[in-house]
Amino acid sequence: MKHIITALVQNQPGVLAHVAGMFAARGFNIDSLVVGRTEDPELSRMTIVVVGDDRVLEQVRKQLEKIIPIVKVRDFMNVSYVERDLMLIRIHATPEKRPEVVELVNLFRGKVVDVAKSSLLVELSGAEEKVEAFIELARPYGIRELARTGIIAMPRGTQSDSRQTDEADE
Amino acid sequence: MTKKSKSSEGASFLGASGAELFDRILQEEGVEVLFGFPGGMVLPIFDRLYSSPIKFVLSRHEQGAAHMADGYARSTGRTGVVIATSGPGATNIVTGLANAHMDSVPMVAFTGQVRSALIGNDAFQEADITGICRPITKHTCLVKRVEDLGRAMKEAFYIARTGRPGPVLVDIPIDVSTSKLAQEPNLQIALPGYKPRISGHIRQIKLAAEAINASKRPVLYVGGGVIIAGASEALRELAHKGKLPVTTTLMGLGAVDEADPLAMQMLGMHGSATANYAVQDSDCIIAVGARFDDRVTGNTATFAPKAKIIHIDIDPASISKNIKVDIPVVGDAKDSLERIIEFIQPVDRSPWLEQIAQWKKRYPFTYEANGNIKPQEVIDTVAKLTDHDAIVATGVGQHQMWAAQFYKWRKPRQAIISGGLGTMGFGVPAAIGAQFGNPGKTVIDIDGDGSFTMTMVEVITAVRYDQPVKWIVLDNDYLGMVRQWQEMFYGRRYSATPHPCPEFKAIAEGFGARGISIRDRAELADGLNEALRHPGPVVVDVKVEPEENVFPMVPAGKSLHEMELGKLA
Repeated sequence: MKHIITALVQNQPGVLAHVAGMFAARGFNIDSLVVGRTEDPELSRMTIVVVGDDRVLEQVRKQLEKIIPIVKVRDFMNVSYVERDLMLIRIHATPEKRPEVVELVNLFRGKVVDVAKSSLLVELSGAEEKVEAFIELARPYGIRELARTGIIAMPRGTQSDSRQTDEADE
Repeated sequence: MTKKSKSSEGASFLGASGAELFDRILQEEGVEVLFGFPGGMVLPIFDRLYSSPIKFVLSRHEQGAAHMADGYARSTGRTGVVIATSGPGATNIVTGLANAHMDSVPMVAFTGQVRSALIGNDAFQEADITGICRPITKHTCLVKRVEDLGRAMKEAFYIARTGRPGPVLVDIPIDVSTSKLAQEPNLQIALPGYKPRISGHIRQIKLAAEAINASKRPVLYVGGGVIIAGASEALRELAHKGKLPVTTTLMGLGAVDEADPLAMQMLGMHGSATANYAVQDSDCIIAVGARFDDRVTGNTATFAPKAKIIHIDIDPASISKNIKVDIPVVGDAKDSLERIIEFIQPVDRSPWLEQIAQWKKRYPFTYEANGNIKPQEVIDTVAKLTDHDAIVATGVGQHQMWAAQFYKWRKPRQAIISGGLGTMGFGVPAAIGAQFGNPGKTVIDIDGDGSFTMTMVEVITAVRYDQPVKWIVLDNDYLGMVRQWQEMFYGRRYSATPHPCPEFKAIAEGFGARGISIRDRAELADGLNEALRHPGPVVVDVKVEPEENVFPMVPAGKSLHEMELGKLA
């Protein structure tokens, strides 16, 4: 089972190594780990997708909290949240196939960001399932290269029925 | 968490070098003794220490200095401090830091580092020591500017001694030590992610007390956290008020007086049969400052199968890590116990206490004092001669388990034992550190020949600084604990465990200490007595029965009640 955890960390050398080392040393499996700046120049946010049961999740959270430059840890258990994964994907597309691929990209609300003789570079973001669905549909054309950022996530402002609006968007 | 930005004396640091700042902050932190070894990248600091009022103790190996700081800290409750140079000096203290980390010992280690501009260039004696030590310390920090040094040091001491204590490493490049402060440094601690003061939630405190009151067969399972928190008195009060039998871990030895009828001594792999049976039969385990280590629980699937588990610990990550806990209380042990006591009602538990008394009578730790001198007999004799009141360090192995079983511990901070990491060689220097922290008290290291040989060079340190430590070596010419496993589980194939020893008496004398050899039972009490009365350091070499085994023993992976009892069976 996958869980998303975010950690607000002080911008200090070695924090990323510390977190990565802790995961390795304690045998936790991570699917992705994303680090980026926040609104506060002193702090960065790590978004980690952990594979494991609830007990593993609890241990991961507690072990993260023990790392001194980690200021705040939050997990998304029982919380409604928005997740996004950004992908750049280069798809094999000869001029004859190009319209088909572009249509597919449009259906997924992706963007063609570079066009070459026999390929298209596509930018696509969304929840993980959406990104993976696109990859599956793109596969028959031939995937030349693929890069993903991994997931970032944030809880929703109001927990009630805002979910619908977002799903409609997808 | 906030502190004054200036030094507590209000003095200015303007114009001071990093080395001077180092010295003055150590004094402000109340450091009275510093253990270590010099080298190129700490030359400016040692130049400053030359005229500092802080006592410096030169070990013969950096590992020894680290264990001395550890022994000092365990025996006094104060923070131990060690300093080493960059590269090999720093890597030599790694074992000492890992050891302190596993047992939650407050320590601050300072290492020299190559000039900032050279870091990452594979400079002479360069090692990424903060990287190496990150997983084996509570915190590490590389100081890049002299303006940050004071704050980093203050934070290091604060982190080391608060919450669940542990070692902190501060790495100081040589140019930071030599630079002068062009402005007043900011000494304010800034640790937004560190909140060590946790008090148990009242709801959990009450739930714990209710579960204890409802229990028919409770067991207090007490670890080192009780000693660290200074909670022994509260623990004893709780045990007596609630009539709760107590077992301790290796780290918890001394938290309760083992002469107390409620005391069941140590539990676990080599624990007392009474404690292990009681845990397996209990309907309520109250774990305090303990962490359900595999040496304690045996097979976790069958650990205390009938019990509701209450766990009081300051480290939330210890809760439900190895064993699912029913009632967690996250907080300081002393505070939590004192608050639980209020809600404890006197309950008649005579059948349970009667059962425990029977087990204690039927299954005491025992040995037969015939043939060669028995190692247990040596500890028994030392315990009686010192009225169970000495500070006792050990190495790691059979002798350590026998010391745990036979010394009959009385008070907290008396046992100086490497528990979590199981570091052979710990006892020799740790006893020296404990002696520095406890002048005038009897400090003994009960050691094995294997552990003793690893660090015996530090006897020179004790001689030089006139520290009257008594090393008692239970010398069986084997690496005994490994040999015992080979005997029991590997068909007596003694691979690499025969360990012929040199004349420890002659070595001790060569080092300038007193040396005593005991080869015969008739000499035992007198020889030990002579050692204890000698005003200086003494090494006592006692040749003991080479193939004695430690019992009871829970074989790896078995349940606590499946222990092998040896001669008791």
